[in-house]
Amino acid sequence: MSELSLYLLQQLINGLTIGSTYALIAIGYTMVYGIIGMINFAHGEIYMIGSYVTFIVIAGLMGMGLVSLPVILIIALVVAVVIASTYGWTVERVAYRPLRGSNRLIPLISAIGMSIFLQNFVVLSQGSRDVALPPQVTGGWNFGDPSVFEVSISYMQLLIWAATLITMIGLTLFISRSRMGRACRACSEDLGMTNLLGIDTNRIIALTFIIGAALAAIAGLLLSLYYGVVNPFVGFIAGLKAFTAAVLGGIGSIPGAMLGGLILGVTEAMTAAFFPSEYKDVVAFSLLVLILLFRPSGLLGKPEVEKV
Amino acid sequence: MSNSKFYNAIFAAGITLILACLMIGIKLDNEGAQLAVKGATAEQWGWIGLGIAIVFFSQLFSSQIDAMFGKIPKPNLGAMLPEERKMATLKPWLIAAVVVIMLIWPFMVSRGSVDLATLTLIYIMLGLGLNIVVGLAGLLDLGFVAFYAVGAYTYALLSEYFGLSFWACLPISAGMAALFGFILGFPVLRLRGDYLAIVTLGFGEIIRILLNNWSAVTGGPSGISGIAKPTLFGLEFTRRAKEEGNVPFHEFLGIDYSSSYKVIFLYLIAVLLVLFVIYVINRLMRMPIGRAWEALRDDEIACRSLGLNRTAIKLSAFTLGASTAGFAGSFFAARQGFISPESFIFIESAIILAIVVLGGMGSQVGVILAAIVMTILPELAREFSEYRMLLFGLLMVLMMRWRPEGLVPMKRPHLELKQ
Repeated sequence: MSELSLYLLQQLINGLTIGSTYALIAIGYTMVYGIIGMINFAHGEIYMIGSYVTFIVIAGLMGMGLVSLPVILIIALVVAVVIASTYGWTVERVAYRPLRGSNRLIPLISAIGMSIFLQNFVVLSQGSRDVALPPQVTGGWNFGDPSVFEVSISYMQLLIWAATLITMIGLTLFISRSRMGRACRACSEDLGMTNLLGIDTNRIIALTFIIGAALAAIAGLLLSLYYGVVNPFVGFIAGLKAFTAAVLGGIGSIPGAMLGGLILGVTEAMTAAFFPSEYKDVVAFSLLVLILLFRPSGLLGKPEVEKV
Repeated sequence: MSNSKFYNAIFAAGITLILACLMIGIKLDNEGAQLAVKGATAEQWGWIGLGIAIVFFSQLFSSQIDAMFGKIPKPNLGAMLPEERKMATLKPWLIAAVVVIMLIWPFMVSRGSVDLATLTLIYIMLGLGLNIVVGLAGLLDLGFVAFYAVGAYTYALLSEYFGLSFWACLPISAGMAALFGFILGFPVLRLRGDYLAIVTLGFGEIIRILLNNWSAVTGGPSGISGIAKPTLFGLEFTRRAKEEGNVPFHEFLGIDYSSSYKVIFLYLIAVLLVLFVIYVINRLMRMPIGRAWEALRDDEIACRSLGLNRTAIKLSAFTLGASTAGFAGSFFAARQGFISPESFIFIESAIILAIVVLGGMGSQVGVILAAIVMTILPELAREFSEYRMLLFGLLMVLMMRWRPEGLVPMKRPHLELKQ
């Protein structure tokens, strides 16, 4: 194979890695939107908090002398998911539930306030500087002709793919098979009717915030290990990207969010291959505007019908 | 006190503990290449404990606390104004008095306070502009600062490359910002409001990234300096005229040079611009287009069935708001003499939104008061400056829960039937 095609293959691998984490965050947006029809503005901050908790747990456990990496990662995962879910639940409880039923603008503004609050809360408690963790999962797998271009897949990338795949399968099974999952689907069809049928919709809405936050925390764990750096402002851009992914796939649709995340990740990596990397954010955003212009319902979404 | 209340309080306290223990209780720190953790000091744990106790007891006695707060009347500064009929006769006098005070005042106080007043006036302009978009038309714009940046850079670049004067650039900047607003609003305004919020948020970031990276034109992160100051019919406010043949202001009048003339002159321009913006918006609000903004905000489907073109109406509000920001931006560039992308970060958008939300969406008086409070309070409480954004965020959440219509709710001239 030629150098260019190997280079593009490498970018594809990188793009799928980033894209799968975007997909995880995007599911949180899409699930909340599917049920209450609102964007969870604080979602990016939940992801950021997940990243911080990961670092705190890993550094703490290593400081206590634990050496087994899998054990450390599993503990970090559990703690990050629990804490991020608690934050997700609190956001719903404080910024959304008391305002349900009022003008659409009002919960939106309170959620933005929540997002600003959480970001600055982390700035104050953890400092605004970058915090770096040396790579934990090292090594990789190389192939291709070393004299032309060597394509490498690191074990970290494989870990991200595996973790994303398992999470997605788990979520799909939960949504399609369990009682709670059925209640979730019912709520996104018709919230009022589901309530009449005796399902505690408040509980289901809280549940979607918790699931979204848990997925964001998993993404936070994976991406923070991948990049090795975290600061209080990562949630802003990550949230924007994931939202773009959710809209790209069709907001409200879970398979759409997965697809959208992968497409966005690959597009970004391909842009970074040919242009300065600062412009990849510009590309993601332009993609969002183009989708809204030509196909507002996204790739897998249903067109919205306005009812009086 | 019922048992369930007690369990509820325990639950809330537990949640607070989970929220606080890792994020506040443990601090990450880089020691060389290694990452280390530090436990919080005893004092910090004390604060966490206090927070948990507050949550516990406020949940335990929530009904009593609610009852107590129910008795406190909600602040409605609008209700303190005299009645409408009296107001109608008082209003012109009141406005005239305020304008006269604003014109005389700078000659009596220090340079620093005039400078602060000028900054406040810029925020008033921005607040009024965003008020059209958010308050009147009900469109949530989270990237308002982008239009501010467009205005500022338009003036800076035109003055640097083409030597255009401030007064010529003022309408050009407003037009440029309006053009950006039009291009951005066109695809997005046909959709539901939440999309607009995210797209404008992204747009604000993109403008900043472009300004930062397009170094050949914008100077990148180091920005543009030495932007020409406004002149009074060609009279400059420097000690010596910069251009051949120009006469500085103080020589023209035959008085001694003082640097405070320039500050006062800038302040007076700002007053003029703010008055102009207020006048225009006031007129617009009474015109069919202004009525249509509010009608569309209140009930979109009804408006469409009455034959209003929703895209055109929303677009007009969005574009006008953007052009006001462009106006403020070019004045900002002229006042600072130096701009860089640092001045146009998301936090600025958030502050302007907080001004509109606090003042009362749609209410001009409210927005003006809120802008004054929001710029002067941080100056007074400098030692709390690191908590400023935290409090802004909290304020937005609390305002929405407690009093979504703002401190001075918008009031329309209306008749009421007496029962």
